[in-house]
Amino acid sequence: MKDGTPPKIQVDGLSIGFPGLTVQHGISFTVKTGSIFAIMGSSGCGKSTLLKTMIGLLRPSAGTIRVEDIDYWALGNAERAKLGRRFGVLFQDGALWTSMTTGDNVALAMRMLTKLSASSIASLVRVKLAMVGLAASSFTMPADLSGGMRKRAGLARALALDPDILFFDEPSAGLDPTASRRLDDLICELRDGFGTTVVLVSHELPSLFAICDDGIFLDPVSKTPIAHGAPRVLRDTCVNETVRAFMHRERIQSDRPAPDAAHG
Amino acid sequence: MAAGPGWSVEIDGTRALVVLEGDWLALSGILAPDAPRQVLATGAASLAFDATRLGRWDTALIALVAELRDSCNDHSVACDTSALPPAAQRLLGLVVRAAQPGAKHPGPFLETVGAAALQFGHATCGIIALIGSTVLGAGAMLRGRAMMRGADLLDCMREAGAAALPIVTVINLLVGGILAFVGAVQLRRFGADIYVASLVGIAVVREMAALMTAIIMAGRTGGAYAASLATMQANEEIDALRAVGIPVFDYLVLPRVLALTAMMPILYLWGCAVGICGGFVVAIATLDLSPISFINETRSSVSGTQFALGFSKSLAFGALIAITACYVGLRAGRSAAGVGLAATRAVVAGVIGVIALDAIFDFSANVLGI
Repeated sequence: MKDGTPPKIQVDGLSIGFPGLTVQHGISFTVKTGSIFAIMGSSGCGKSTLLKTMIGLLRPSAGTIRVEDIDYWALGNAERAKLGRRFGVLFQDGALWTSMTTGDNVALAMRMLTKLSASSIASLVRVKLAMVGLAASSFTMPADLSGGMRKRAGLARALALDPDILFFDEPSAGLDPTASRRLDDLICELRDGFGTTVVLVSHELPSLFAICDDGIFLDPVSKTPIAHGAPRVLRDTCVNETVRAFMHRERIQSDRPAPDAAHG
Repeated sequence: MAAGPGWSVEIDGTRALVVLEGDWLALSGILAPDAPRQVLATGAASLAFDATRLGRWDTALIALVAELRDSCNDHSVACDTSALPPAAQRLLGLVVRAAQPGAKHPGPFLETVGAAALQFGHATCGIIALIGSTVLGAGAMLRGRAMMRGADLLDCMREAGAAALPIVTVINLLVGGILAFVGAVQLRRFGADIYVASLVGIAVVREMAALMTAIIMAGRTGGAYAASLATMQANEEIDALRAVGIPVFDYLVLPRVLALTAMMPILYLWGCAVGICGGFVVAIATLDLSPISFINETRSSVSGTQFALGFSKSLAFGALIAITACYVGLRAGRSAAGVGLAATRAVVAGVIGVIALDAIFDFSANVLGI
């Protein structure tokens, strides 16, 4: 990633959480255009909450999120929704609308939010489903898809409006290693092809190391980010015990019972 | 010459060169679905692209080129995409062509009718099996062998009993009042004011309390049973129960059926009481009747047989509603849409079932001279 790349998202002094509960505070980072940015941390540290705040589902309690220099949460609801159309979101289990076919899932946003003709929508749906390898599943109901297929269908739906920024919540959770690798490759292809900026929440180490250019590590104890950088760099250089333990799948020293104590 | 917004074709001997110009962004509506037909109509033997003047692009470009490429393959025309931006070529590589399954069309008429009949037969067998299981399960419970938690049963009873009291009260009170109004207007013309008490008493006890309460419960509790079971089905909770080896019927269906069957007669009795109260208030307010004469007339006209008839109706309605709702819930599709459909079906089937069963009861009572 070149240093001159303009920032796509700038987060400054962000506090996230729910009324009466701060999940994380003091979050600041920059996502460069065309980069793959990871939000890391152990379960329950607020990764998904941060993602929800970034896509406009949860209002932050303090701080700003600037998307291409526009203060996202300072916008009115209508303008924020308009800006939000440039986001594509893949939810954890795909979150497909179960009452319609896979093809309709992809087509819905185009039908409702654009003035494209039915034939161009059909053609775009076909190509989007084909890109994720689901060309034959256009008329399948989501309930009849496997977990991996549901996730890929969710990705095709996230691509519906050709977004500038793709958000992924645990893209490889629940996928077998091969499928997970294929999804990683697909994310890279889409990024390289369309220049899409990608923000993903994950704790799948192999995919973090393989595809992410930058990232932030949230700590559930101090409730604030404790490391910034590409996952593979953090793995090799970070001295923080929590981050090292995460990156190397180690036990945290203080968690480990003293060998002597175990034997009395 | 074939051309469209953003593209044109230059013919060079047998080779067609598709020149792409400007931005190719899907949301601008640039995509022309008939481009492949137009390009192939030029009769070229090979196809190449010129992307030197191409601006920004997204899926629209991929869709156009993929369709051109597929059409070329169909017509044995060579298609060379090497002049496109490398990123676009990689994405094109992802777009592998697959057989496009068509949308499902309904089969011939006979097939549809046959399938519907088979499905009806299947559903009937399922309901009969469920009724049988309920009887067996109730027997097992009496012997203390059912795998059901007492807490679940009590919870279901509270939900189907005490929690339903307010709406049952309001509806029956109003129905009693309405009957009295209708009766008062008609009977006053014959000077038969006093018979308003008989009308309200017999109608409420024999018919309306059981029927109205059952319809309320079909909408309220039947719908809730179906929705909760369907949600459990969608979340694989029922699979989880089966996998652990807990009998789904004992654990989920039995407490619901027993609770509603037990609560319905109690609600019926309560419905009778408030229904007659409603009639009493209206009759006293609109007619020249003393409270004592209303009560006396009610007591003399409402016999034990009529109570027995209404009571057994309410028992049967309770079992019917609970069994159909559980059946529908357990058969629901595994999706959010399935949950909504199950709730609707349970309410519709419950209401229709209750009214049909009521008709059977009344017909039988008529034949028996009750």
